[in-house]
Amino acid sequence: MSIFEYNGSAVVAMVGKNCFAIASDRRLGVQLQTIATDFKRISKIHDRLFIGLSGLATDVQTLYQRLVFRHKLYQLREERDMKPETFASLVSAILYEKRFGPYLCQPVIAGLGEDDKPFICTMDSIGAKELAKDFVVSGTASESLYGACEAMYKPDMEAEELFETISQALLSSVDRDCLSGWGGHVYVVTPNEIKERILKGRMD
Amino acid sequence: MTQSGVDVPPKGGFSFDLCKRNDMLIQKGLKAPSFLKTGTTIVGLIFKDGVILGADTRATEGPIVADKNCEKIHYMAPNIYCCGAGTAADTEAVTDMVSSQLRLHRYQTGRDSRVITALTLLKKHLFSYQGHVSAALVLGGVDITGPHLHTIYPHGSTDTLPFATMGSGSLAAMSVFEAKYKEGLTRDEGIKLVAEAICSGIFNDLGSGSNVDICVITKGHKEYLRNYMEPNPRTYVSSKGYSFTKKTEVLRTKITPLMERVEITEVGEAMEE
Repeated sequence: MSIFEYNGSAVVAMVGKNCFAIASDRRLGVQLQTIATDFKRISKIHDRLFIGLSGLATDVQTLYQRLVFRHKLYQLREERDMKPETFASLVSAILYEKRFGPYLCQPVIAGLGEDDKPFICTMDSIGAKELAKDFVVSGTASESLYGACEAMYKPDMEAEELFETISQALLSSVDRDCLSGWGGHVYVVTPNEIKERILKGRMD
Repeated sequence: MTQSGVDVPPKGGFSFDLCKRNDMLIQKGLKAPSFLKTGTTIVGLIFKDGVILGADTRATEGPIVADKNCEKIHYMAPNIYCCGAGTAADTEAVTDMVSSQLRLHRYQTGRDSRVITALTLLKKHLFSYQGHVSAALVLGGVDITGPHLHTIYPHGSTDTLPFATMGSGSLAAMSVFEAKYKEGLTRDEGIKLVAEAICSGIFNDLGSGSNVDICVITKGHKEYLRNYMEPNPRTYVSSKGYSFTKKTEVLRTKITPLMERVEITEVGEAMEE
């Protein structure tokens, strides 16, 4: 079994028109036993920047704490929030530093940059950035997610349609993966508000 | 760093503190993760006035295509570009690092960078890590001494060639070069030959795919032709799009309004003594 299949996870982010959506499943397991159904994989860095981390749960939490620490230091020095592109470079550098003994997680970063332009990117566990203009996926359900997103994605969707698309893609993909599921957690961020929704999915 | 309680930003270089834990997990039977690789076809050739570099745009993670349009031609200096194959994080990190070192060197010397400078910096770094930094590079550029093209292998050995290919599609591309290359090609002939070699990699090698990127470097001038050819467009897009009959069930919704950013302007005059 791969290290990434120890806890199970599914994270996906999509770009819409002046908005973005980031979604994850909620299961935390130890191989085939489920031990929590409300595990938070997506965390807010600041009002317009979110990071979802899939992979080994302990590294997810440790890496998140390190990144929040670095961002707070940045805020104190620069007196402003970090841009999503800068944050992605920071995460990439922190992951590559551990090139020969890496953090066993794959981040998905989503944020609104200047002029409210949405930015998404994902990385492998050693920080190879993959910028995309449409969607990015990560986790044990990633193969199904690639297929579902490829089929369901349309460019320039508004917030409500984007929410529906990303939720359908997430739920249909985790239904085909034993290690992720038990509902979904979706954040849709526009320049005016953050809408956080908990989805009802199959509980198996 | 492992002893102190505060996580201070480090001085640079690799840190090995998670190696012991990862080895313990592997011994317990968990497989190590696979990294994003650029399966790749990368090529370079020297033509009459300079160097042409070419690359495909597929990034793979095992058998899955992770990125359909990634950039494999990296900037090193205004007159030097480098194509990278192998582990994506390694090629990006090593080319970024040498690019910064070249810039500092340019500021110190006040001269344009030379291709052999970049070559020596890269090969020293890769050799010192004994091939564990898995980056196979095709480095090309035009400096004061003329056009140069080099290949660099992950263990640190280098070759200087008039035409070169690297990556999983290198045999497919090399067959095109060996058949059709001649000295003194014009710019258009060179671009056509590079595009043909990359296409041969895209269609015959499973690790390469999507589009063709080309970079033409001549004395004092460079042209980065991103997505020069797109021989694999998506032809099956449905115009209606996807419509969902059953809506997703939402258990809870929480809306956080984002505050408008307020501009504070100075009111009043500054105090005077």
